[in-house]
Amino acid sequence: MEGIGYKILGAVLTTILAFVVGMFYGGFSRKIIARIQNRVGPPVWQNFLDVLKLLFKKTSVRYGVMHHLAPLWMITMSVTTLMFIPILKDGLFFTNLNFSGDLIFLLYIMVFGSLGMALGAGATGNPNTAIGVSRGLTQMVGFEIPWVMALVALMIQYKTTSVTGLMDIQSQSGTWMMFSSPFAFIAALLAMPGMFRYSPFDIVGAPQELASGPVSEFGGKYLSTMMTSGSIFAFVKLTLYVDLFMGGASNLIVLVLKTFALYLYPVLWGAVSARFRTEQSVRYFWGWPAFFGFIALLYAAF
Amino acid sequence: MYNDKESQKIVDIIQNYARKHSLFILAYGTGCGAIEIPPTMTSRYDAERFGIRGAATPRQADVLLITGYLATKSLKRVIKVYEQMQDPKYVIGFGSCTINGGMYWDSYNTINVLDKYIPVDVNINGCMPRPEAVIAGFVKLQKQIQEGKADGWDKYKKNLDYYKENQKKIITNWVMPDFNW
Repeated sequence: MEGIGYKILGAVLTTILAFVVGMFYGGFSRKIIARIQNRVGPPVWQNFLDVLKLLFKKTSVRYGVMHHLAPLWMITMSVTTLMFIPILKDGLFFTNLNFSGDLIFLLYIMVFGSLGMALGAGATGNPNTAIGVSRGLTQMVGFEIPWVMALVALMIQYKTTSVTGLMDIQSQSGTWMMFSSPFAFIAALLAMPGMFRYSPFDIVGAPQELASGPVSEFGGKYLSTMMTSGSIFAFVKLTLYVDLFMGGASNLIVLVLKTFALYLYPVLWGAVSARFRTEQSVRYFWGWPAFFGFIALLYAAF
Repeated sequence: MYNDKESQKIVDIIQNYARKHSLFILAYGTGCGAIEIPPTMTSRYDAERFGIRGAATPRQADVLLITGYLATKSLKRVIKVYEQMQDPKYVIGFGSCTINGGMYWDSYNTINVLDKYIPVDVNINGCMPRPEAVIAGFVKLQKQIQEGKADGWDKYKKNLDYYKENQKKIITNWVMPDFNW
């Protein structure tokens, strides 16, 4: 019983940690973009206030079952993915289900949240959501290819599919995988802004063209749940990148520093660029990122 | 204290604090005052300091910003948008035209007093109001929300007959569904 108690406590703590860190990252990104535009910007805890306010809003919109389920699906998938990601190298609290899932499973489960959002958005019947969903799925086809190529290259090179196994290899050899398999890292890094959907890859939620795309009919509690899920999922993706390419982290401070350094890259790129069209975005991902992914596969195989 | 309707409970204070500091605005920018919104939101006057940001759709928005005169034709759209928004929702009438008609007071196809058709929480005077005045209006709205006095959405529900009567007087070809809560 003691073991189960620790596991549940650890899962709850991990979720709270991911929520708080992801929310603060969102706040910092708004602040950083504001400073780049020579503004003061909102306080860094602004996203907490937004989520709280949306939670207190009343809802009188009914579109059917899938509309209600979509935000719950998204947050469930975010938390589930979080449970399979090793947060720290070792430790009592944050080893949730680290050793049960491998990279192939993670690749599979990471697209489930977007699928739930697509189904829920389809249930609303708004034309903007349909365009947003089709754009999102097209873009996913774009960035998944270099990302999967990079991960397959890692799996071939080190002959393991386990995330913890890859982390052990890094701590034994003493070098991060961004140095020992550089082409895979470059391919994954170039594919990364597509996952975070900042400019120039914010074609899905484009507020000026599509009225925020898939979420255009979701307000109040629905939007609040989606924002929570999004911030948890941002933390998940950043932690996975740090685990795979930057050697993981042995304590929370190192983890926060590494993930924040990685997070700055899509944010700063987004702050200075305009939005791509859909075909430009896909062409970008199938260009240099896929090329480096291919090089990484050759590098790993020979 | 518990039966006193004037005092706020702790939940209300937290709710109003969050609502006050996070206002998603939907700008109904058909009037000439819409040109004052970009400077209010961008670098020079930076309304995001107060937690004010634009919302893309009525479902996500809290504040409906009516920027200037309303033609009788566009009043219909405003009512549609207002009824799509989720409670609690606030309306800011922007410029003199929404208060008494302004320079269009004797025009044949504009409305004069916006407050007769949808409940306005804050009016910003001026033709056109400068961004400072707009921000002052938002701060006034925040103050009203904190005190729990920005209850236009509640007033609309309670006096629905009065507002519907006024709306139908102006809009002669009423083909929208009638909402009732």
